Amino acid sequence: MACTNIMIVGVGGQGTLLASKMLGRVLLDQGWDVKVSEVHGMSQRGGSVVTYVRFGDRVFSPVIDRGEADVILSFEQLEAARWLEYLKPGGKIVTNLQKIEPMPVITGSAAYPDALVDKMRAAGADVEAGDYLALAVKAGSAKAVNMVLMGRLSALFPEIPEEDWLSALEAVVPARFLEMNRAAFAAGRNA
Amino acid sequence: MKELMLGNKAVARGLYEAGCRFISSYPGTPSTEITEEAAAYDEIYCEWAPNEKVALEAAHGASLGGARAACAMKHVGLNVAADPLFSISYQGLNAGLVICVADDPGMHSSQNEQDSRHYAAAAKVPMLEPSDSAEAVAFTKAAFELSERYSTPVFVKMCTRVAHSQSVVEPGERAEVPLVPYVKDPTKVMMTANSRAAHVRVENRTREMTVWAETCPYNRVEMGGRAIGVICDSTCYQYAREVFGDGASYLKIGLVYPLPEKLFLDFAAAVDRVIVLEELDPILEDHCRKLGIAVEGKSLFPLCGEFSQDLVRACLGLPVPSSASIDDPIPPRPPVMCAGCPHRGVFYTLKKHDCMVYGDIGCYTLGALAPLNSMDLNVCMGASCSGLHGFNKAIGSEAERRSVGVIGDSTFIHSGITGIIDIAYNMTNSTVIILDNSITGMTGHQQNPTTGKNLRGDPAGKVDLEALCRAVGFRRVRVADPYDLAAMDEAVTEELAAEEPSVIISRRPCVMIRGTVHKPPLTVDEDRCTGCRSCMKIGCPAISVADRKARIDATQCIGCGVCTQMCRFGALAEERS
Ligand SMILES: Cc1ncc(C[n+]2csc(CCOP(=O)(O)OP(=O)(O)O)c2C)c(N)n1
Repeated sequence: MACTNIMIVGVGGQGTLLASKMLGRVLLDQGWDVKVSEVHGMSQRGGSVVTYVRFGDRVFSPVIDRGEADVILSFEQLEAARWLEYLKPGGKIVTNLQKIEPMPVITGSAAYPDALVDKMRAAGADVEAGDYLALAVKAGSAKAVNMVLMGRLSALFPEIPEEDWLSALEAVVPARFLEMNRAAFAAGRNA
Repeated sequence: MKELMLGNKAVARGLYEAGCRFISSYPGTPSTEITEEAAAYDEIYCEWAPNEKVALEAAHGASLGGARAACAMKHVGLNVAADPLFSISYQGLNAGLVICVADDPGMHSSQNEQDSRHYAAAAKVPMLEPSDSAEAVAFTKAAFELSERYSTPVFVKMCTRVAHSQSVVEPGERAEVPLVPYVKDPTKVMMTANSRAAHVRVENRTREMTVWAETCPYNRVEMGGRAIGVICDSTCYQYAREVFGDGASYLKIGLVYPLPEKLFLDFAAAVDRVIVLEELDPILEDHCRKLGIAVEGKSLFPLCGEFSQDLVRACLGLPVPSSASIDDPIPPRPPVMCAGCPHRGVFYTLKKHDCMVYGDIGCYTLGALAPLNSMDLNVCMGASCSGLHGFNKAIGSEAERRSVGVIGDSTFIHSGITGIIDIAYNMTNSTVIILDNSITGMTGHQQNPTTGKNLRGDPAGKVDLEALCRAVGFRRVRVADPYDLAAMDEAVTEELAAEEPSVIISRRPCVMIRGTVHKPPLTVDEDRCTGCRSCMKIGCPAISVADRKARIDATQCIGCGVCTQMCRFGALAEERS
């Protein structure tokens, strides 16, 4: 099987690292070779962050390049647009509708583009967009938005059993937040 | 059982399985997790040293004491540890000593992208370079064996992509390696006669290792199509496999120093076109040229930055996948100081004073970005103190009244102390601000000698910064609270005016560390807010202005209150009940 490429993008501090940890586990449990690559450090201070997840019979490069991503899972609208060119023709973007203004927008030296979802669709991308932050808040905490998005992602891979996702979730989430995160995952999966 | 493991964690696993007992390191992205992950094993004593030189010396001391030992650092840390490195190479060791060094091509979190492979050649210290996590475990274990067989420290060289990628590892068992008894040996004192003999030993050892390198299992030939042969190391092997698959042949170099000769010549002879794929400097390429092999390397690929499969394709003129884009410019999203970061109040104050700010390295380097824009310079750890001293000597009192050095607590311990001694001893009226946020923030919140806790978070010795500054000759040492803008302003005004050297300790714990008290988020009184944007001058990511009113993001605001001091209308306040 050729490699499948998933990118998880967002803003440093949004919980993308935990999401990628969970995803890596699920994929390994399916018996695939897996590589997950992300950069720790400076960018985690509110900068633009990206995780590359690749799986298949044998994975070489740990990174995904322009035009190679099957799925881009975005925690924030602008970040989806930033990484759009990484999408494979025919690939899918799942994005949270949340907007987080970057500092150049806050200080007025740049503008946050409007109607990003429409523009990405006009550029030919298959975009699924939702207010996943609201689903997380409903499940118990804005911080659980990463699990709502993992729930959405899980719905794109029907061949992977739901219990594999749930056991990976249990392995990465602290016990006292388990119920809330399960609820967030379910909300995303069924959205 | 198979596990998906971060490259750095895999190095830690290798250290554990090899029976390593002692690790002393200084944090630095992308090397930090090696030591943090190793600390999870009770069998390994782990510590944060004040800097990399101390870490390497301590690890070497442990090796002389008979324990398998290691240290980890980022590429620039190796500059700091270079002094002991060169002499340890001569002196040799008792139990195995492994130096893990992590480069950062692309400078994701670094101020330069120097290539550590040069150090291996310069210090004549063997270097193994894994290309994924499984190799990181295996090579780290092998490094100890090599180290003991040839009585030399051995490098395990990582780079950001290997250090921060997870790939599949099958963990093994730990080998318990008993302490090697220490025996006094008069040739171990590095004086002229001994050092001369030691140098001969080093050259002999290198020759022996070069022979071994011809057949060692860490260099590998994979024959496929013979039109192209790729010589590569580290992640470049992965990118090359991605692009050429079985259509090319590969010489994958895992032992990057010392390099074999026949292996290169034979490989080159077996293929039509030899391409060398390596990030940063042309080290494998230069080796080929020395051997008279006609290769293409840096004539095709850049000296700067990180590679990827796309870059390889583009440089070779191969087709790259097509992709979609939109016309709107996408504003960049640079990292920012966190909401409530105590560094903010200091930089706001310095901006008001329009000072020349000689900065340093840490989260506070973000003070250079808009809207604070209050850092003129930085170079390397500690230069804020010594560099400021030289600057002030050159210009004189004109500069002394309008310049400051700004340095974090961990950076100050690392290399600032000697700099402020230069100020006190050679007497400039320099003003240094120590940003004491009680943690090593930038690299992910490690303890340091000013925090009173050790790597495991247990109580430990604690440097008294005020007493230290006084002891080296500063009479003017004062503490100010960066959340209190008036007090910070007063401190800066008075110390800049003072006719003697001074230290201001800006003291407030980092908001990201456990135990720091967060107040409830502030609220905006919309009747009072005029939309004047004064509060925006501090560049807090929790504040924005929409529809001519300030907005506070309650998920980010920790109620530090700095913005309330910016507002002339009293519009920003704690929750009114
Ligand atoms: C020689 C060297 N070693 C390590 C690093 C990595 N590094 C960058 S910033 C930093 C720590 C900064 O901590 P501190 O000075 O306390 O400032 P904070 O980030 O907490 O504001 C480290 C270790 C480096 N840049 N150079």
